[in-house]
Amino acid sequence: MPATWLVLIVLALSAIGYVLGRQRALQNAGGDSRALHSLPSYYGWHVALMALVPATGLLAVWLIAQPLLVENTIAGQLPDSAIPESSTRSLVMSDVRRVADGLDLAVSQGAMTRDDAATLRSEFTQVRERLAEVGVALGSDVNAAVLSAAQDYRSMSRVGNLMMTIAVLAIAALGFVYALSRTDRDFRARNVVEQGIRALLVAAASVAVLTTLGIVLSLIFNTLEFFKLYSAWDFFFGTTWAPSFGGGSELGVLPLLWGTFYISLIALLVAVPIGLFSAVYLSEYAPGKVRSVAKPLLEVLAGIPTIVYGLFALLTVGPLLVQIFGDDGVGIMQASTAVMTAGLVMGIMLIPFVSSLSDDIINAVPQAMRDGSYGLGATKSETVRQVILPAALPGIVGAILLAASRAIGETMIVVLGAGAAARLSMNPFDAMTTVTAKIVSQLTGDADFASAEALVAFALGMTLFVLTLGLNVFALFIVRKYREQYE
Amino acid sequence: MYDAPSLERNVDQKEIKFSARNVQVYYGDTHAIKDVTVEIEDNTVTAFIGPSGCGKSTFLRCLNRMNDTIDVCRVEGDIRLDGEDIYDKRVDPVQLRAKVGMVFQKPNPFPKSIYDNVAYGPRIHGLARSKAELDEIVETALRRGAIWDEVKDRLDAPGTGLSGGQQQRLCIARAVATAPEVLLMDEPCSALDPIATAQVEELIDELRQSYSVIIVTHSMQQAARVSQKTAFFHLGHLVEFGETGQIFTNPVDERTESYITGRIG
Amino acid sequence: MTDASLPENSAAAPAHRSLNTVDARTRKRNRAEARFRAYGIAAVATGLVFLVILLGSILFNGVGAFQQTFIKVPVYLDPAKLDKSGERDIEAIKKVSTFGYTPLIQQGLFDVVQAAGIETPLAKPGDMKQMISPSAAAQVRDTVIENPDLIGQTVDFRILASSRVDGYLKDRVFREDVVRDKNIDVEHLDIVDGLVAAGIVVKEFNLTFITGADASESRPEQAGLGVSILGSFFMMLVVLALSLPIGVAASIYLEEFAPKNRFTDLIEVNISNLAAVPSIVFGILGLAVFIQFAHLPQSAPLVGGLTLTLMTLPTIVISTRASLKSVPPSIRDAALGVGASKMQAVFHHVLPMAMPGILTGTIIGLAQALGETAPLLLIGMVGYIATNYPDGLASGFMDPNSAMPAQIFEWAKRADPAYYERAWGGIIILLVFLMTMNIIAIILRRRFERRW
Repeated sequence: MPATWLVLIVLALSAIGYVLGRQRALQNAGGDSRALHSLPSYYGWHVALMALVPATGLLAVWLIAQPLLVENTIAGQLPDSAIPESSTRSLVMSDVRRVADGLDLAVSQGAMTRDDAATLRSEFTQVRERLAEVGVALGSDVNAAVLSAAQDYRSMSRVGNLMMTIAVLAIAALGFVYALSRTDRDFRARNVVEQGIRALLVAAASVAVLTTLGIVLSLIFNTLEFFKLYSAWDFFFGTTWAPSFGGGSELGVLPLLWGTFYISLIALLVAVPIGLFSAVYLSEYAPGKVRSVAKPLLEVLAGIPTIVYGLFALLTVGPLLVQIFGDDGVGIMQASTAVMTAGLVMGIMLIPFVSSLSDDIINAVPQAMRDGSYGLGATKSETVRQVILPAALPGIVGAILLAASRAIGETMIVVLGAGAAARLSMNPFDAMTTVTAKIVSQLTGDADFASAEALVAFALGMTLFVLTLGLNVFALFIVRKYREQYE
Repeated sequence: MYDAPSLERNVDQKEIKFSARNVQVYYGDTHAIKDVTVEIEDNTVTAFIGPSGCGKSTFLRCLNRMNDTIDVCRVEGDIRLDGEDIYDKRVDPVQLRAKVGMVFQKPNPFPKSIYDNVAYGPRIHGLARSKAELDEIVETALRRGAIWDEVKDRLDAPGTGLSGGQQQRLCIARAVATAPEVLLMDEPCSALDPIATAQVEELIDELRQSYSVIIVTHSMQQAARVSQKTAFFHLGHLVEFGETGQIFTNPVDERTESYITGRIG
Repeated sequence: MTDASLPENSAAAPAHRSLNTVDARTRKRNRAEARFRAYGIAAVATGLVFLVILLGSILFNGVGAFQQTFIKVPVYLDPAKLDKSGERDIEAIKKVSTFGYTPLIQQGLFDVVQAAGIETPLAKPGDMKQMISPSAAAQVRDTVIENPDLIGQTVDFRILASSRVDGYLKDRVFREDVVRDKNIDVEHLDIVDGLVAAGIVVKEFNLTFITGADASESRPEQAGLGVSILGSFFMMLVVLALSLPIGVAASIYLEEFAPKNRFTDLIEVNISNLAAVPSIVFGILGLAVFIQFAHLPQSAPLVGGLTLTLMTLPTIVISTRASLKSVPPSIRDAALGVGASKMQAVFHHVLPMAMPGILTGTIIGLAQALGETAPLLLIGMVGYIATNYPDGLASGFMDPNSAMPAQIFEWAKRADPAYYERAWGGIIILLVFLMTMNIIAIILRRRFERRW
């Protein structure tokens, strides 16, 4: 039974539970709701939640655990002889999965009967052709071991699914009956329900932790997998980036890091002066009307999706720069995709980021500081430069670090605007590439996920994650320290 | 010690420093100061007293045009410093504020070293031609602020690290360093403990030798202790202005009397 | 305290000067002041100029996509070609592929050119091919299959012109460049000029761009954003259905119930850091967890929605907590004071009062998710050509689709400049959606803003 149906059945059960629980409580109190400990609806909710929550929880856990279990069992049973020399167990397993999925599809489309699928022998049938008929493309022909593994995979999954259905329904029914049996006029339904809801709230709050855990685990596992295939030393200290899907790739991260930093640097050189001066002007000088118009307008820049900036870099800024610095002009720019193109556009994107963060920080400097300075006869600019900015400095440094972390993690602008060539060059008009751009290009190709060329993306992601996380933690630390100073 | 002002209170005519005539101040639609006329003498401590919100601080901030920094504030009437209209178009408030220094309610040292705090004013106004001269100005100002002995060994320490009373005396030294002719003090002791208050009050009395000092205060005792002249403000009006002794012992207006005896305020 | 009685005329005391004369130093300082102020104005102005250039180039380049060049051609639906048996048997008619229709259309256009009296060296109907979109044949065929009785008649069709003709009318394709272009010749452009004069070739509003499906690389004139708008829509449904309840529940717990301990500290730090994790990392997470691990289908809006949910959650949690915080404690006290449980106080009083703020934050989070592209690249929503409308809900969530920003990216990568115009046009549509969402958020905020 598919999970959707299970969920629907459990939902229906819990709805019935609500009605019955409420009724039973009322009956027990002789129809007088004042005689109950809690409001009648709490009794209903009690039964409904008891039927629903444990069952769906079990379902979720089962759905995650079963494929893992099946996978490991099948992979363990796979004879070593079934693994070709050039391949790995995980590669063969992905074949097994694909065949199994293909068989499922074939059965569901009626191209094969259930028994056919279970008893198929590769010696007699062209499995590849038959699966191709239903739209499942296989890379190579299916050998006997893979086919039988796939059939085992299917049968284990089927057994698992059956067990899951039974278990989930049983738990739901059990919760239903148990909750209903406890329902009487003195039962503290409200307290129990509130505890349950509280548990749900905690679960929701834990999603954030789970997300981080998911990020960290998926990065770590795949990165370790990558380092089994490719030396970590060569990755971190290699100066050449030349992936080739045929093998013999050179996957040094240094050129990518250089491109990332170079582009981020240019972006910050654009965004920081403009953003900072805007913030100073808007918070210290601008008349109320100007501020109320200019501030939201600048913030529009922050609301524009990065794909728009990417297109802007590729189709507007790039060609413009080529006209000036290209062969017809200064002659130092070959193509419209370049470090300068991406950096400039990223800088524009970061202006509102820097300016609104700095604005907050400048406004947090107490008015008494300004009064003190004006009272001594300082002009506004003297006050800003010698009192406000030094006082706000830690906060502004934090803001710039946050902007830098944004720049390092930005993807679309560099994918479209920076080019694809990884090189260590000083010329800002050369095309270079970044960590993020390469994550995209390594994972969107047709490469197998198990190859070093695809797995390197996870190592790049890990690098990126550590870099930006470090910057963020450091920046937030500085900003928080700074806030405490004035609170 | 605190009886000293009453002994020294003399009647010989001093030079008029500030003269205000028919001053009106508006905050947006609120009429905060209503038709105030007052003359303030040199080398005198003048106290502004009155209940909260009576306009005494507002009026004080008119005297060095600090109200300019508030957008909605509008000042009408005539305020003259040494006979010159300070709201004249030709007057640069920056120059005015160098002449009329100000000390605020809460000590507000800049997040800089003690030295830099005091040197800030002389630096921006270009009062020193050399480092040695600046050192001298700073030392003089700190001595006048009666804090030199406490900080002379740690001029590089941050000003924010001092105690509240020290901070306020540092702020006074900072104000003195620009060589002002008038010192405005907006409740300078309200954030201080009694001991620090006594130190600052003593300092104020000494500053009278060199400056015209105007002090806004909540505390009638403080006004009686430090000032020679007292102005009583009520609901934006200047109700009564005269010798401090006379105001506290023999007020003319009954509102003044009510306030002094504690019936309003 | 003898310090104070120093001589009057110390080094600091300047000579008495009038206030009415501004001294040289003050003038210099005021000039510095003016300069500094000018820098500030220049910075704000630069920012605003960038905004204007950005929006200007979007509009300038994108508006063209909403217009398309059409040719009005009467086509004689020749029974000899389309229904050889003459029995009007629908199965037989269906057997005729689009190749059977192409000559009829070309003939029709050729006749029109002749009738309009345009002189041209192109003497064969087949020479008209370059002016007609390859989609025209399918359009005519669909019409015929829908209504077989039309066979034998001459029917007026409004067919798409080829993208080169379209580009010529939109000043994208120039006569000088055409010499090197094997897709069209100068002679065709002469014909187009004549037909434009005769009102047969017209530029009209192109609804298909908004509602239509993506087309193959060679037919930019046919491509539309409709299917990927649906893809985005289904994704946003997933995001809304998951991130709103989870986000609100998490915020309520952290703001109202959480004890101050290590676990809640961990969650707090986590959320503020997750908000700053690059979106591409969420893409990696989506790929690893939903596709590699859970084996959900690639390119499915469901996966996109799940990934974006994880990305949007921190934003929603942060804004929800802010609006919960803005409800004054007196409200909670009042509810607790009449004997409500803490849970009741929160759900009956605090939550409804914080609702406008929560909704505003959610809409802004959704807008962010709607425009996000990078994670979608990794879970395969780019590169997939979205040509089929989803049939039904399940298919909408599970079948491969694209999404608005992914489709724009896809178009931007294609070689034909005709697709650039489409990409810019797509951006206009995307920005209209985002603007609408933000305006709703602003109105909500204005309308329900409460100051305590």
